[in-house]
Amino acid sequence: MLKKLLIALLIVTMFASAEFAQAKYKVGVSMPSATHGWMANANWWAQKAKTDWEARDKSITVELKYAGNAAQQSSDIEDLLVKKVNAIVVFPFDTSVTSVVEKAYNQGVYVVVLDRGVSKEGIYDVYITNDDEAYTRKGMEWMAKQMNYKGNLLLITGIPSPIDTIRTDTIKTVVAKYPNIKLLDVQPGDWNRQKSTTVMENYLQKYKQVDAVYTADDDMMLGAMQAYKESGRTDIKLWLGGGCLKDVIKGIMDGKSIMAGYPVVMADVTYSPSVIATSISYACIGVKGDKLNPYTYQVRALPRRVILPSELVTKENAKDFYVPAAPF
Amino acid sequence: MTATSGSRFSLEKHGSVLALGVLFILAGIIGWPYFLQVENLVNVMRQSSYTGIIALGMTFVIISGGIDLSVGAIAAFVASCGVLFMNYVLVHNGGNESSAILLGIAVMLALGFLCGALNGFLITKGKIVPFIVTLGTMSIFRYISLQMANAGEFASHSQAYGEFGMSKVISFDVSGNNVSLPTPVLALFLIAFILSFILHNTRYGRYLCAVGSNARVAQYSAVRVDRVRFWAYGVIGLCIGASAALLAARFNTVSTPNFGLGFELDAIAAVIIGGTAMAGGRGSVWGTVIGVFMLQIIQNMLNMAGLSPYLQGVVKGVVIIASVYIQRQRQ
Repeated sequence: MLKKLLIALLIVTMFASAEFAQAKYKVGVSMPSATHGWMANANWWAQKAKTDWEARDKSITVELKYAGNAAQQSSDIEDLLVKKVNAIVVFPFDTSVTSVVEKAYNQGVYVVVLDRGVSKEGIYDVYITNDDEAYTRKGMEWMAKQMNYKGNLLLITGIPSPIDTIRTDTIKTVVAKYPNIKLLDVQPGDWNRQKSTTVMENYLQKYKQVDAVYTADDDMMLGAMQAYKESGRTDIKLWLGGGCLKDVIKGIMDGKSIMAGYPVVMADVTYSPSVIATSISYACIGVKGDKLNPYTYQVRALPRRVILPSELVTKENAKDFYVPAAPF
Repeated sequence: MTATSGSRFSLEKHGSVLALGVLFILAGIIGWPYFLQVENLVNVMRQSSYTGIIALGMTFVIISGGIDLSVGAIAAFVASCGVLFMNYVLVHNGGNESSAILLGIAVMLALGFLCGALNGFLITKGKIVPFIVTLGTMSIFRYISLQMANAGEFASHSQAYGEFGMSKVISFDVSGNNVSLPTPVLALFLIAFILSFILHNTRYGRYLCAVGSNARVAQYSAVRVDRVRFWAYGVIGLCIGASAALLAARFNTVSTPNFGLGFELDAIAAVIIGGTAMAGGRGSVWGTVIGVFMLQIIQNMLNMAGLSPYLQGVVKGVVIIASVYIQRQRQ
């Protein structure tokens, strides 16, 4: 029984690897595994891009690697290089993958790096990122307007990290423009729903009059709402998260609360996990030497730095951002 | 007694080698044609060596009847300090890179030892259970590093240090291919050789096993139990220092939230797969080396086969439990 199973497994894997070996363009993708909702969505988008490209173009195969930590990610990239990939898409944990990415680039592999980036110039073909500054600037400007530029604001931030620092500093800069908005407190919720609930519980004990809560992350917003619901208070009128979890977008679309007893959310800001899918497309187009679109003149190579916009999502445009098939 | 225990011992001794052999053949088939490429095998060895060096120290700690959960956090702390010191020397010493690198590595080794010694001190003098002490220091050292870097990273200013991380020693020819052993792999074997010698051929090694199998009896036999246990943490501290120096060199940067994350669990898993008893008292340094290689080969072969990355964790877990189960049967 066990032996049969093993043989079956062997045959399957050999077929799988044989198929991979025959493709003309092999695209390897290395990214963090799904430790929170946003990254789970990103994993889903990577899978979708793989399915789409392999259906669309027989000369392409995409292989996905999800790593649990930075050291494993380096190993994954090395393994992909041994498999002689033609292009590689790297969503780095942090800049410690720089030396491996450099090795790939020097071997002539087409390199696309995302988001947290690499600490060296000239070792990639394309750099793609979401816009962290605009993400909270647009969110906070909307929030300020809804607050009529006055009132008490609470902030829950993510894991202390360079990205979180950009976001939080941007929020503070916007708030500083409006002297009547009082930023009561800033505490980290670590992009974690439970942690955010705890932070909000403490906030509710401490501050008796709050007008708005901004978490810059939908997961954390839902966590904070749970604490608010349990407290039975009714003073907080305005909530804003970010990152567009599908339940939140659905709530905005329908104008309903996401869960019984939760306040209604009116807006969201995109920080799209589909950035990984876009990057895979860039890698496929780039490695084949195709043009991105017919409207660019002369230059065939893709743009070297791409910043995807953060957009404000309200009831009017929410349906464009609703992806029912995504896991979160 | 002598005959049976002799044959049992050899089965136990060679059991893990056998398992590695079987796994290797399996990997050759599943990961065909990539796994057996020389470049890949060298990669696997290098990928194993960083947690491997820590696992060697972990072998001593576990034989002594203890555990160390703080290794990854200490590695991050030690590497951060080492890189900062290296940069400082570079700036204030007129850019003499080789002395800066040597001093930096010395600082990492010394700090690693001190951090290990702190654990050892709290465990032996403070009479606190190792699990609790190292759970605490894991948090302490990780968050000191985060505080130092504001959760960011420390980049080394030395190009040569990065080259040292990717450097190779001892080249030889394998069927026309020039193969060279990466420095961290050499370090792994060297440290394994030294620790194996200490474990099997010195009084300290015998005391370590005695303390691990029954601390009270060892105490009555005039073994200074606390001192023996303390030095086990000193040894793992030095190993962490060496591993941190090599890993930081490889990346040429230390990212405080991620550096060494999860190393403790990989190191413990490797020690257990290598046949060291979790309860302490007996163990094998070379078994740990085999355990480390086995873990990395599993990951590598599934990577090469292009299986779902999530399944890799499942297979890893099954192998850990299975290897302990087999060893339990043998006893």
